[in-house]
Amino acid sequence: MPESISTASRQLTFAKAINEALNVALEADDKVICYGLGADDPKGIFGTTLGLRQRFGSARVFDMPLSENAMTGVAIGASLNGIRPVMCHQRLDFFLLAMDQLVNNAAKWFYMFDGQRSVPITIRLILGRGWGQGPTHSQNLQAWFAHIPGLKVVMPTSPADAKGLLLSSIFDPNPVLFIEHRWLHNMVGDVPEGDVRIPIGPLRVARGGCDITIVSMSYMTVEALHAAEYLQERGVSCEILDLRCVNPIDWQAIFESVDKTGKLLVLDTGAETGSIAGEIVARVAIERMGSLKLAPARLAMPDVPEPTSFGMTKGFYVRAGDVAHKVLDMLALERGDVDAHLVEPIPHDVPGAWFTGPF
Amino acid sequence: MTPEIAKQLLFRMMRIRYVEETIAARYSEQAMRCPIHLCTGQEAVSAAVGLVLRPSDFAVSGHRAHGHYLGKGGNLRAMLAEIYGKKTGCAGGRGGSMHLIDESVGFMGSTAIVGNTIPVGVGLGLSIQLSGSDAVSCVFLGDGAAETGVFFESMNFAAVREIPVLFVCENNLYSVYSPLHVRQPKGRKIFRLAQAIGVEAEHGDGNDVEAVYAMMKRAVADIRRNGGPRFLEFDTYRWREHCGPNFDNDIGYRTEQEYLAHRMQEPIKRQHDKLIQSKLLAPEELAAFGESLRVEIEDAFCYAIESPFPDDTDVRARLYA
Repeated sequence: MPESISTASRQLTFAKAINEALNVALEADDKVICYGLGADDPKGIFGTTLGLRQRFGSARVFDMPLSENAMTGVAIGASLNGIRPVMCHQRLDFFLLAMDQLVNNAAKWFYMFDGQRSVPITIRLILGRGWGQGPTHSQNLQAWFAHIPGLKVVMPTSPADAKGLLLSSIFDPNPVLFIEHRWLHNMVGDVPEGDVRIPIGPLRVARGGCDITIVSMSYMTVEALHAAEYLQERGVSCEILDLRCVNPIDWQAIFESVDKTGKLLVLDTGAETGSIAGEIVARVAIERMGSLKLAPARLAMPDVPEPTSFGMTKGFYVRAGDVAHKVLDMLALERGDVDAHLVEPIPHDVPGAWFTGPF
Repeated sequence: MTPEIAKQLLFRMMRIRYVEETIAARYSEQAMRCPIHLCTGQEAVSAAVGLVLRPSDFAVSGHRAHGHYLGKGGNLRAMLAEIYGKKTGCAGGRGGSMHLIDESVGFMGSTAIVGNTIPVGVGLGLSIQLSGSDAVSCVFLGDGAAETGVFFESMNFAAVREIPVLFVCENNLYSVYSPLHVRQPKGRKIFRLAQAIGVEAEHGDGNDVEAVYAMMKRAVADIRRNGGPRFLEFDTYRWREHCGPNFDNDIGYRTEQEYLAHRMQEPIKRQHDKLIQSKLLAPEELAAFGESLRVEIEDAFCYAIESPFPDDTDVRARLYA
């Protein structure tokens, strides 16, 4: 760790925290480079890369051709000779063009060449949702990536985690997919100054509780916290575990919480079938059947593409009200006034009324 | 072309040929338990590149990489041990014939997916550019790779950022059993595609090892001096089957006549005859080299065969650094 380490914190948005992590990394190590479509354009990838080219130069921070697959291979090749590339994609969906390089090369290189050379690349993927993003701008495919041995998959929720985990990702010797939910970019939170890294692996107890364990990731943790606040008033104490990473998963912390509460609900930002939520339910059932007092449950997106129309996405997303309903159902409690307290926001397809598009 | 280089080119081609012929002869013993893709007939490009590049230059390749690996100076014992799946193999037995590596001589890896190391080689070139050295990154590819999207993407980026990369395309006319004419428009040349993308490119006879050497030498010197990239396409021909040790002209995807016509172009015999006729190579010197080669290859096969397998408990190790 550098000497300049400091832990004083300020309130920053998630996007600003990402920008700060990139500044810190580029400053700390001249082997760090950062590129992606629009990395140095006037919008700076939702503000996350603003100012980097001006400060660190166009050899290290640059825009790129529309060549997701090749540019992933370029990152891999550069990393084999000591460079630490950070690649940025404005939507996860665009990165699907790079599956060959990700799956066949990045994930395998260290293993298939017997540990001779690792691939320390970081790939930032931004998840879309709402505002008519539709079928090809809103996919949450973290379960795909977690399925591939050799990758690490990070999904922060808080601005502090965004900064600390991005720094750890950049300096991790392995390929890391760093997944940012668009609806988190304007969330504000305490963020420590300096080169403060949060280890990849351990989850974060976002809220302590004793009646039920809710495991969630990324933006779903925000909805879970709203639900838990309401449920507390109803006398239900929720323990919310914010995964932070979906590969590796902090199984020990999940098991300990389930041992305590005996009940498990898992929330996922992606489609239900083949989801991370499904994996967590399965493994808890296999390893902790004795601790479970009732069947575990999950809430995820429906197994259909996200439609574009405002009319078709009403009630489409899992919101705090759905979480509260599910918890009350699991505990055999009346649903009561959930709908009055946790109404689907209006409009329902944006992170807040302040958001007026177009991205 | 000095006599010494002319001889070295022949000896290097002979070494690659002899290794491949021995692999082919022993493959049916079922001890090499992985797919192999032999480059018999295509040795000229591999032989020349090793005399042009320095060990500190990088190279990457694809599934048909034995020649490129040996040409760049890769360790023969480690390559054979790898094909035999042994712990002493260049990838510890995890990769086999399609995943060769010898970083000590700059051979940074070969992989099994067509076109898949092209951008990796460009990325190595980017790292050279960022470090400011005069090294070169060499990417070996075949005619099939020139049909992949990543070929165009990688060439484009190399051109736009002037990355120091030497693309070496061996056009052997076949991708598995698919001939060039069902894959690429009639009359189009791959090096012309490279030129259209913005990469300086040339085309040469891949059976004339001295011509290959001269073109490579010029291109590499130019990259070192002025930056890259450069693209060289060499016409060559695959003698044996796509995957495996056999000849396969009997299965009907190409004619015996075509095969024999290409075989007449034989790069090794051509160089051999040239050197003997011009008296640059004495028969005794050739015989002595042949004998040392026989001893070296016998030793390497013994080493590979006698080396231990990796322990099966090792299968979960080295997933993450």
